[in-house]
Amino acid sequence: MSKQRILEFLIGLLFGLGLMVSGMTDPGKIIGFLDLFGTWDPSLAFVMAGAVLVGALAFAVARRRTSTLLGGAFDLPWSRDIDSRLIAGSVVFGVGWGLAGFCPGPALVSLGTGNLKAVVFVLAMLAGMAVFELLEGRMRRTAGATT
Amino acid sequence: MTIDWNHFTPWASLAGGLLLGLATAAFILLNGRVLGISGIAGGLVRLRRHDTLWRLAFVLGLVTAPLVYALLAAPVAPRIDAGWGTLAVAGLLVGVGTRYASGCTSGHGVCGLSRLSPRSLVATLAFMAAGVITVATVRHLLA
Repeated sequence: MSKQRILEFLIGLLFGLGLMVSGMTDPGKIIGFLDLFGTWDPSLAFVMAGAVLVGALAFAVARRRTSTLLGGAFDLPWSRDIDSRLIAGSVVFGVGWGLAGFCPGPALVSLGTGNLKAVVFVLAMLAGMAVFELLEGRMRRTAGATT
Repeated sequence: MTIDWNHFTPWASLAGGLLLGLATAAFILLNGRVLGISGIAGGLVRLRRHDTLWRLAFVLGLVTAPLVYALLAAPVAPRIDAGWGTLAVAGLLVGVGTRYASGCTSGHGVCGLSRLSPRSLVATLAFMAAGVITVATVRHLLA
């Protein structure tokens, strides 16, 4: 195990603990937050506020630097497109999020509790991601054949 | 709309959010990447050389969190109300949707909003709106 792998493990652990402390790993709480037309639990707005507060500082520091603290290169998203893919994909994700109360991070964390329902959700999620890879690969080949 | 004061946890949620921010900050400043769970997990079904181990290390950290939480605080068992079929369908939708949108609650929500990315703001509003409409439909229209 290199130092870098241990670092990634520890950051994953910290992120997982943050998800647990904040209440994000409780599907009932997520659905309570999304239940704007019922009895609404605004807690998750506080999760977002806390995370974005610290995150914004980090990105402000990153913008002033040419390399990471370990001397590596920054690899930040470059796309600025607001297209149908972004919106349709987000809507499909939101429907799944509302149905189960799980988004990807909390679902993976819940694997660690040994809950069988979390296992089913994560397997289905990985299957969905694999479907994306297949369709994406096929589209790329078709695009390559026509040009 | 009425506020659910019984389940409202502003301080715990804020504290958890700060931890999420801290992990996000460490990832960006040390690894140079945005911390997006769907992107990290999505790369695991694509097995490329030199691209899998760091993803596994990170996901292993996530999965270890409940064990560490049990040692520091108390063991937790998630309350998952959805049935098996609903969970399977929801999982598929979350998997396909987050990959098409290139991000989820962490990548677009936390990182995107932290970088003031208009693209991520649109994505976040779209998945939040879809989530709200879904819950309203399941809980109030169909129930």
